[in-house]
Amino acid sequence: MSAIDAETVRATAMPKSDAATVNRSNVPAFVAEGVNVYYGSKQALKDVAIDINRNQVTALIGPSGCGKSTFLRCLNRMNDIIDICRVTGNILLDGQDIYDKQLDVVQLRARVGMVFQKPNPFPKSIYENVAYGPRIHGLARSKAELDEVVQTSLERAGLWKEVSDRLNQPGTGLSGGQQQRLCIARAIAVQPEVILMDEPCSALDPIATAKIEELIDELRQNFTIVIVTHSMQQAARVSQRTGFFHLGVLVETGDTEQIFTNPHDKRTQDYITGRFG
Amino acid sequence: MSVTTLLIVLLGLSAIGYYLGRARSVRTVAGRTAELHSLPSYHGYYVAVWCGLPALLLVLAWVAIEPDIIRSLLIAKLGDAAAGMSPQALGLMINDVRNLAGGSLVSREPDPVMQAAADYYNHLRFLSRLALTVFGLGLAMAGLTYAWKSIHPRLRARNRVEKVVIVALIICSTIAILTTIGIVLSLIFESARFFTKVSPLHFLFGLEWSPQIALRAGQVGGTGLFGAVPLFVGTLLIAFIAMCVAMPLGLMAAIYMAEYADRRVRAFAKPALEILAGIPTVVYGFFAALTVAPFVRDTGASLGLQISSESALAAGFVMGVMIIPFVSSLSDDVITAVPQSMREGSYGLGATRSETIRRVILPAALPGIVGGFLLAISRAIGETMIVVMAAGLSANLSVNPLEAVTTVTVQIATLLVGDQEFDSPKTLAAFALGLVLFCVTLVLNIIALRIVTRYREQYE
Ligand SMILES: Nc1ncnc2c1ncn2[C@@H]1O[C@H](COP(=O)(O)OP(=O)(O)OP(=O)(O)O)[C@@H](O)[C@H]1O
Ligand SMILES: [Mg+2]
Repeated sequence: MSAIDAETVRATAMPKSDAATVNRSNVPAFVAEGVNVYYGSKQALKDVAIDINRNQVTALIGPSGCGKSTFLRCLNRMNDIIDICRVTGNILLDGQDIYDKQLDVVQLRARVGMVFQKPNPFPKSIYENVAYGPRIHGLARSKAELDEVVQTSLERAGLWKEVSDRLNQPGTGLSGGQQQRLCIARAIAVQPEVILMDEPCSALDPIATAKIEELIDELRQNFTIVIVTHSMQQAARVSQRTGFFHLGVLVETGDTEQIFTNPHDKRTQDYITGRFG
Repeated sequence: MSVTTLLIVLLGLSAIGYYLGRARSVRTVAGRTAELHSLPSYHGYYVAVWCGLPALLLVLAWVAIEPDIIRSLLIAKLGDAAAGMSPQALGLMINDVRNLAGGSLVSREPDPVMQAAADYYNHLRFLSRLALTVFGLGLAMAGLTYAWKSIHPRLRARNRVEKVVIVALIICSTIAILTTIGIVLSLIFESARFFTKVSPLHFLFGLEWSPQIALRAGQVGGTGLFGAVPLFVGTLLIAFIAMCVAMPLGLMAAIYMAEYADRRVRAFAKPALEILAGIPTVVYGFFAALTVAPFVRDTGASLGLQISSESALAAGFVMGVMIIPFVSSLSDDVITAVPQSMREGSYGLGATRSETIRRVILPAALPGIVGGFLLAISRAIGETMIVVMAAGLSANLSVNPLEAVTTVTVQIATLLVGDQEFDSPKTLAAFALGLVLFCVTLVLNIIALRIVTRYREQYE
């Protein structure tokens, strides 16, 4: 889609929560059915079906190369950027097919934010990093409003105290853990419904990791979170539901406690007991 | 043996030395090459170097000093006949002797003295070559034998061969650097000579350029005015027009290719654009002179403007086209060097492609892009051919792009074309102009490279 229609579509789009408020609490945020993903001729995901519940943390675990990131990137259509990637099947967000031709990807990505494995702040000031999303979506009408959005986002990301006196310094000058929280603040500032996190702690030390895990737990009250992680302890600590991927297949989903104490599938059991992966 | 044959034979001997050395090293450890300090091939190179290198140095030194020795022997032989001559006449005489000896035409009737001298010359050369062959081959054989004998398992052949390689590399780079220094020094010295005749202030700030000099005293016209300001202004004007063309076109092309074009388009468009850089500038020159300039003139005429058929506009436009690939490929490089994670971060926040480019990618790539622009400008300033053909020679002090102007490079070319004595202010002025040009492009390049490298570091 060309950038120009994207912007006009977005300008006339309905406020994002209207359709959702009706039956908010018991209907899952995402419903995925029969999702297949191909990179060229190679199939990376086979017939994946999963429900992702609102205001919960869903963890995706599985051995390397099994397709966790691929599935996560289907949820905000980040795979569109990759030429050779092709997605089939249905993924519904609030009952709306996100692969529908009518739907605007840009708007979808505003509703489904993303935090990446490696912290990737823009080479701009801390303030500008957080203000980036609200600016392009026109979420703040005045400078004062924008300041407020930036402050609340940084507060919710637990970074405000550390950076409030140096908002004009470059975001790339922060420590790795601070950069990752900056990226979370940047995602929150757009007020998404869902936040996708792809191994958000893998580049961080244990203390920074603990901070982020704490943060994820708090964010759960306002956001739906999907997190890919390699650490089973992390999945057990932060998530309510867990999905186990193996060789492109979603082997098993269930409550986190059940997955870790009483997995139904032999492969899941082997993985969580460390027999492979 | 002629020098060429000798060199070929030496090469052959070195090759033989290589095989002998390798074979012997393997033999010393009875085939268990792991016991050798260095790989067998290093032993081979070691012998080859000992065989070829001293002999090669001998040949080079010989060839360098041989003519001088033969010359002084010849003068001694000519004795009285040479004693009374002026140096020029002597030089001419020796030249004739050489030509006679070589069997070519001679400027005067050969007399017996000269004939005898020529025979002597041939005799000397024959002796010299014979000696060279004997000593050269002898040295090669001696080196080969010495190295071959010295091979044993603990010989540090690799370290020694590598030392030789390093020295060779150092010599090569020294030659390159010395050449550059030499050129710069000659520019500086010749310019200094110019500035003893014309004051630097007049040169740098004078408003009139007319380098014709009266050939005899009292001739009308041609007082030799060397005020270079019109040239500087002309150069800047043309470079400015060129950048006005190349900057937007090159940058947009780069953005399209780096961010929008899919792989197939990119695979075709990028090389196609780079072909533009391979077109010889003289071709651009006649494109400018025969197509663009008349077009500009005719368009001007239909609008009621008087445009001369040589105009800064035509030259600048074509020069701009010429440097598009420069700007676009450098900008493309820096844009693609912006990490993919920046793009994903921006898309992930719901930014469109154009927002991402405007707000994230271009700001991140800006220093590199500016560096690319500066390199392109220095290229434009140094360009000659297009301007010679399309912008004209008249040194008008004018910033009107519709008039003919001239540039520093064009004047350098015209000052040196044709027979000139190389110490008149007119020709020396070319060096002074060259020096100015050199300084300007040097400064531009240094700034550009600084900016580009600083930008590179940011993402590593
Ligand atoms: N851009 C791509 N082009 C081609 N194949 C890809 C691409 N990205 C991923 N794949 C393939 O898809 C499969 C799933 O990859 P994915 O990145 O989703 O794995 P993952 O579960 O996230 O692994 P990890 O835990 O190592 O991050 C892998 O076999 C990978 O080789
Ligand atoms: Mg992954």
